[in-house]
Amino acid sequence: MQMHSLAFDISHTLAGGLVLISFMMLYQDRLTSLLNVFALHALVLALSVAWQAYIQDAPHLYVTAVIALVFKALVIPVGLHRIVKRLGIHRDIESAVGIGPTMLAGMGLVALSMVLMLRVTADADPLAREDLAFALSVVLLGLLVMVTRRNAVSQVVGFMSLENGLVLAATGAKGMPLVVEISVAFSILIAFIVIGIFLFRIRERFDSVDVSALDDFRGERR
Amino acid sequence: MNLASFDPVTAVLLIPIGAAALLAALPGYRLTARLNVIASLATFLAALSLFAIDRPPPGPYVLVDDLNIVFILLNTFIGFTTSIFSASYIAHELETGRLTPVYLRFYHAMYQTMMFGMNLAFVSNNIGLMWVAVEIATLSTVLMVGIYRTHAALEAAWKYFILGSVGIALALFGTILVYMAARPVVGEGQDGMVWTILIEHAALFDPALLNVAFVFLFLGYGTKVGLAPLHAWLPDAHAEGPTPISAVLSGLLLNVALYALLRFKILLAANPAAIAPGPLMVTLGLVSVVFAAFMLYRRRDIKRLFAYSSIEHMGIIVFAFGMGGPLANFAGLLHMVMHSLTKSAIFFAVGHIAQIKGTQRINRIRGLTVTHPALGWGLVVGVAAIAGLPPLGIFMSEFLVVTSTFARQPLLAMVLVLGILLAFGALLLRLTSVAFGRPRGSTASAEASYVPMFAHLALVLGAGIYLPAPLVVWFQNVARLLG
Repeated sequence: MQMHSLAFDISHTLAGGLVLISFMMLYQDRLTSLLNVFALHALVLALSVAWQAYIQDAPHLYVTAVIALVFKALVIPVGLHRIVKRLGIHRDIESAVGIGPTMLAGMGLVALSMVLMLRVTADADPLAREDLAFALSVVLLGLLVMVTRRNAVSQVVGFMSLENGLVLAATGAKGMPLVVEISVAFSILIAFIVIGIFLFRIRERFDSVDVSALDDFRGERR
Repeated sequence: MNLASFDPVTAVLLIPIGAAALLAALPGYRLTARLNVIASLATFLAALSLFAIDRPPPGPYVLVDDLNIVFILLNTFIGFTTSIFSASYIAHELETGRLTPVYLRFYHAMYQTMMFGMNLAFVSNNIGLMWVAVEIATLSTVLMVGIYRTHAALEAAWKYFILGSVGIALALFGTILVYMAARPVVGEGQDGMVWTILIEHAALFDPALLNVAFVFLFLGYGTKVGLAPLHAWLPDAHAEGPTPISAVLSGLLLNVALYALLRFKILLAANPAAIAPGPLMVTLGLVSVVFAAFMLYRRRDIKRLFAYSSIEHMGIIVFAFGMGGPLANFAGLLHMVMHSLTKSAIFFAVGHIAQIKGTQRINRIRGLTVTHPALGWGLVVGVAAIAGLPPLGIFMSEFLVVTSTFARQPLLAMVLVLGILLAFGALLLRLTSVAFGRPRGSTASAEASYVPMFAHLALVLGAGIYLPAPLVVWFQNVARLLG
């Protein structure tokens, strides 16, 4: 295949790297290390997007790359580190679901997305289709991080890694319009969440497994 | 401004966003509440003029056709009536100190931002732009749901936010997949996201890719419609936010997501090799109806009760559109309009009731028709309408949905009827205790604005008795468009 050029290999490596880093997120049980892994995730995304901008000759994608680098790899992790310290939860260890089952579920999700995307995109060009398969893996792993965590900060990290997968998919779809606008919109969204956490000090989604607490929250205790 | 240069689409978008900027800057309750009403009225009038003025040809970003005019008009109308209700509701909230002037300014600005987002979603011809618009509308409602900053309100806003974000993320992935499917046919760049171009070439798209795309879009936008397994945010968001927001959430925001879903359904229907989106929609619609009907029996909070009723009705609507065909589509469209009008009227009543009684707990509200006849009877009519009693409009649309289904799929119709009857029972059970019997709770007189509520109910009653012929023709047109 002539597509197995250097350009293909590099973008493949970067996208695959994102999936691997998503896996690394799954087994981080400390918030600070989770934030560091996320910063790495965003850094690799920035590289991947910049590489796509270069090989597709699409200069506007550099904007997205810069947003990923500055905003997601620097500003947000630094800000979240501070919030975590301020809330005093930086030493917390959380394990809502065990690491083993989570990793297995993660592998299952990646396998699923590979099978699904490679099958349905048989006619698309190989670069785009593998990119899409990786992107879906990152999205699903991000969802997995969100459902296995109970802490608001780590849920947000899960959401941001999910969103990184979407940016990967959008930049891989050659010539897609509005990519920059969408990445800006997402950045605003994330900024909102982070500000929200900070202002409202949401620590946990549900502090207790006591169902009566839930009933109370719903205003439905008899 | 002369009539030739007046562009209603621009007006529908610019008035809300301009008003939002202005309202964010201006202090004072009286002024801003009035300005909010005036801006909403102006938007509504601009939307009305869409009928009078020649439509602009579909551009890369903007499209006006028979389908979205219905949505825009409904949206701006309820936006207008809710702004009137909101003015009197918020006055009470300021008195009791639940809202401070700063938050009020924020509230009004967000209200107009939300109207902007919803109108933009309706007029956009670009699936990427539509996605961004839905996100704007969602974000602004999230902020308003959490505006009281109580623990429960923040929890509700957070839940809404996280589930909504996952929903829009999935929808974006679906949007990207649609673009991927379109690229080989339509070519790279802008055209691959313009809906009118997509629909022309949809028959040539890769069906497998389109199928996967629809599943993501369905789950993503379906979360926002409030379909059953994905509905968890909806009752909380309705119960904990200010009641005007509950009214627009049920009456309008659910419709926005539904509209996005319908656009993609039309796209998929244009490709003969792709899966039929109908069965998916029928299944989730039915699940929502039956699930919500059972859940209605366990509600203790009056706003939650009607939130679950919204899930039920969105289920019926999605079911009707999933069945497809001219009659079911017509019924679905009519049901959507009737539900929006009725549900927002109910929330107008509930808002004032909860303010007077100081609680949303159903068992602490009794005998409303005795102490507050206007509110009480308004609620009775509203609930009778939402439960599907004749001669009100929802009876007619539900009747059409059920009969058209009986003719084609009797078994599905049985399940649907079961759900509707269960919901009917639950609603009447709660209504009798709230509206009749010996009064309980505060009997303070209400400084309520009755006009929006009774205007909505009059429309629903009118539609139930007589639908004007031009309206029927229009809806039939749209029903054909929906395939």
